[in-house]
Amino acid sequence: MNGFQVVVLWSDALLALLLLACGAGIAAALRREHLRRAWRAVFANRSAMAALVVLLAYLLVAILDSFHFRPALERQAAASAAPAQYSVEVLSLLDVALARMRTTREDSYSAPFATHAFRKRMIEMPDGTQQRDYPRLQFGGAQLADPAADRGADIARRGLGGAAAGLALWAFMAGALAVFVARGRREPVRRTLGAILGGNTEVAWGAFGWMLLLVLCAGGALFALSGGYHVLGTDATGNDVLYQTFKAMRIALLIGTLATFVVLPLGIGLGLAAGYFGGWVDDLIQYVYTVISSIPYVLLIAAASLMMQLVIEQHAEVFDTAAARADARLVALCVIIGAISWTTLCRLLRAETLKLRETDYVQAARCFGVSGVRIMLRHILPNAFHIVLITLVLEFSGLVLAEAVLSYVGVGVDPTTTSFGTMINNARGELAQDPVIWWSITAAFVFMVALVLAANLFADAVREAFDPRAAALPRRRRVPRESAA
Amino acid sequence: MSAATLSVSGLSTHIDSENGLVRALDCVSFEVHAGETFALLGESGCGKSVTALSLMRLLPPGGCVAGGSVMLDGRDLCALTETEMRQVRGAGMAMIFQEPGTSLNPVLTVGQQIGEVLALHRGLKGAAADGEAVALMTQVGIPDPQRRLREYPFQFSGGMKQRVMIAMALAGEPRLLIADEPTTALDVTIQAQVLDVMAALQRARGMAMILITHDLGVVAKMADRVGVMYAGHLIEEAPRGRFFAAPAHPYSRKLFEALPEGHRERGVLATIPGSVPPLTAHFTGCRFAPRCDRAWERCRAEAPQWHALEGGQRVRCHLHDPAESMRAAVQPASRSAAVSPARATEEILLGVRDMKVHFPITSGVFRRVVGHVKAVDGVSLDIGAGRTLALVGESGCGKTTVGKAILRLIEPSGGSARLGDKDIGSLSGSALRATRASMQMIFQDPFGSLNPRLRVIEIIEEGMNALGVSGSDAERRERVVQIMEQVGLRPELAERYPHEFSGGQRQRIAIARALAVSPRLIVCDEPTSALDVSVQAQILNLLQELQARLGVAYLFITHNIAVVEYLAHEVAVMYLGRIVEQGSVAEVLGNPQHPYTRALLAAVPRANADAGAGADAVLVKGDLPSPANPPAGCHFHPRCPLATETCRQEYPQARAVDGTHVVSCHLAG
Repeated sequence: MNGFQVVVLWSDALLALLLLACGAGIAAALRREHLRRAWRAVFANRSAMAALVVLLAYLLVAILDSFHFRPALERQAAASAAPAQYSVEVLSLLDVALARMRTTREDSYSAPFATHAFRKRMIEMPDGTQQRDYPRLQFGGAQLADPAADRGADIARRGLGGAAAGLALWAFMAGALAVFVARGRREPVRRTLGAILGGNTEVAWGAFGWMLLLVLCAGGALFALSGGYHVLGTDATGNDVLYQTFKAMRIALLIGTLATFVVLPLGIGLGLAAGYFGGWVDDLIQYVYTVISSIPYVLLIAAASLMMQLVIEQHAEVFDTAAARADARLVALCVIIGAISWTTLCRLLRAETLKLRETDYVQAARCFGVSGVRIMLRHILPNAFHIVLITLVLEFSGLVLAEAVLSYVGVGVDPTTTSFGTMINNARGELAQDPVIWWSITAAFVFMVALVLAANLFADAVREAFDPRAAALPRRRRVPRESAA
Repeated sequence: MSAATLSVSGLSTHIDSENGLVRALDCVSFEVHAGETFALLGESGCGKSVTALSLMRLLPPGGCVAGGSVMLDGRDLCALTETEMRQVRGAGMAMIFQEPGTSLNPVLTVGQQIGEVLALHRGLKGAAADGEAVALMTQVGIPDPQRRLREYPFQFSGGMKQRVMIAMALAGEPRLLIADEPTTALDVTIQAQVLDVMAALQRARGMAMILITHDLGVVAKMADRVGVMYAGHLIEEAPRGRFFAAPAHPYSRKLFEALPEGHRERGVLATIPGSVPPLTAHFTGCRFAPRCDRAWERCRAEAPQWHALEGGQRVRCHLHDPAESMRAAVQPASRSAAVSPARATEEILLGVRDMKVHFPITSGVFRRVVGHVKAVDGVSLDIGAGRTLALVGESGCGKTTVGKAILRLIEPSGGSARLGDKDIGSLSGSALRATRASMQMIFQDPFGSLNPRLRVIEIIEEGMNALGVSGSDAERRERVVQIMEQVGLRPELAERYPHEFSGGQRQRIAIARALAVSPRLIVCDEPTSALDVSVQAQILNLLQELQARLGVAYLFITHNIAVVEYLAHEVAVMYLGRIVEQGSVAEVLGNPQHPYTRALLAAVPRANADAGAGADAVLVKGDLPSPANPPAGCHFHPRCPLATETCRQEYPQARAVDGTHVVSCHLAG
């Protein structure tokens, strides 16, 4: 490869912005004592820390998949003076890392770990005769001389090798973590390591460590195996399903997070205004969200996204690559989903604001002639912020699932983009075949459930830590009965 | 003496909390006999309610009885299984809670809730149960019980709900009734009614009763014997007469001295420095020693034992150890000198004329106005610079609304209010903002009036920022430090968050916030009603001192007559949105003219030993009517024992009695 051109898609920029905002949010949270205490409770929760590992793994894949570039084309010797020509294909760092999966395209379906195609075809034998049989795959298990005999041993060898590499990486990371934690606790590293693995630290590093071990070993084994096989098989056009699932992770995360970009200002602004000002402002905002939430959301999104599609197609000249066009459609989808999902947050915030507006400290601020906007930002929002946070983390999984539903109906992401929804949509036909082609939908299902489950577990911990009502109920612990005095 | 109904010995209760093990009760022992009322007295956080919950075995999660025994009629309750215990609750002993509003289930009728107890403990169902429920409701003084049996809790007023609670508690015919602050949430007039009902029922049934309260007046009216609790310990136990005549423990004495009632000389009230220690701590000496002005080395080193005094009194204090008789004889001077009286000026600071606040009642799709709640209906009052006007009345009479309307937190619907030479009602925008610096407010609940997300310094600075007071950050910072010292807070606490402070300290922060903009008038909305007696004394002293030093005027909204006597110069008594009697403290409290004022004064329980005897004073009947539909004529006539035909027909005009004393009553003068 000789040179490349960096491509910044809209969604990449927005994701970067989102990560920066998260970083700023964390910095702000660390300064505020009550937030620090709540987050400490989240990190002391074992299932939350385990879920965090899974979320971070997805995030890592999504970030890798968000550095896009166009590789330069091979130049003709004669045209060496001409400016470099770049491929119309936009690649990401993830594509480079998974180049082997991306480029090993078979003709059609093949089962996981298969060495032969899924369907019989007429093949030409070395002696010139033609025979109807399962042809050898071009890439899957191509390294094996005698697939029937060698396959099991080869899979075990590769899998164990990959897992061992994962283990080594984990040992290194665990060591680094132990040193880091030991410095905070001011005690020997060895003792800290014992405390971490035994789950005796204040932050549940133990659960974090063990989950990390699982993820790294599984990841290492998958990576090693994908060098010789299609671990999750291939789809109708012979694309590696594992590669598709990796690509789908970014879309799922993007939809889940970018939509909140739109939800936040709408939900917070309108919710606070409705609750604080009351009167006709409240009436108007209530009417708007009641109307929006009474229309079936699939219908609303279908209409809006078809319109967006039309707009994008009419202005094709704005987008220089197919990826840019698909990306514009993705961002549009996020905006549309966000624009109709703010109602929940708005409703909850309105109710909380109605309550907080009557508190004595807001009355005291009004006594000083503090302006309405300032009261909302300084007195009401910080005291209602747990609602914002809890709603957002709970809605994340809902948004991921919404994408799947929308793509299944055909109004979601661009058909050229791989998402969990498009994978499930394609699987519609596959499930009706005999023998059934189960791997595509299984892969989408397993990876999507893992993401949503992790998000839900984490959301649960966040809700528990931030919800003032949950804090009112102390956890039940056994108390030793002392002997009577 | 017969065997005690309830005998508690060495009861210890531990509660596991995030801050460590709370030893909420530590070796508490007492006895209650049939037909006797035992009052548990103490400040919040001393373990009074935990005692009640331990007896019922209804401790919160994480709590357990760690030792000791509870014998009810010879049965050890701690040894019972949970199933057996359920039989004891309700039938053996029953409990009344503080908040009548939340102790009844809103979706069941009152009859169903009483019937549930009857079915459980007495096996009564159907008509028999209804008959018994009607009988119970008659006993607790609920009029028209046949009809009210079918009604839901929201159709009852607070006092009536508490009566229903009492009827429910009595339905199981318990041997022991535990009343946990049964009248704290009620108005004085209603409190007097409910206490009378309880006393009569106890006499009739020969029940034992444990009355938990922080109010010495209630103790004086109800109790036969008194137990004082402090930090999980019972520290003094005495018959009522002995207790009120000669409280033995320094803590009990301080409780009496901290009461504002009867101190019209406006002296400095005695206070107890500090607050109740957290019960997670480990104590070596006497628990009260750090706050006691008579403590010496022995108190800090050695926990005191019980010492029996004459007349059945016993106390847990080294002072009463016969070996220390030298010390007990020396009584410290209890009261310090009075502060110099505030500058008496003739200048009128605040003049309110015929102020009205009417809230529209709307109905239907188009929000048509169908009526008005006349929360404030023509109130006129004057406050001189540096003076205190107390606005007194039952809850719901509109006194808080008056305060908020003066500050324009609620827009008045009529009338005018002048502060100095400015008409507050006609101001708007920046002119109103400039005037806001001259008038501020202090709220009732110190836990709700401070934004929990802001540090103390940000809270105090807010007013200065909003009103653009003083320039640079350093100057402002200096001003905050100065104000914090003024209200008795250490300046190094400025970086803390409100939740790290006790109730009294929070109220000081709220006062500092108001003072930061140098107001000339502060509206105090029941600033001490959420505080314990000793802390209330601290805050009253502070308000008094600030007035003497800064010449600030107070509009003091309260229902506590004792505080009025102590702090106010003038009084205005409010009833259903109108002022019925007004004048100087001496005129109104010394010579009350309006029947309502008289009833209000009679209903206040006084903290002296012969209070129980004088309980047959005129009590006002019934509840406050709705301000949406006030009675025709004099608003008070349905509850007035002296009402005549004229009272039912026309509202009485205000007429001067003598001096500044004005009253609105046909019968006065």
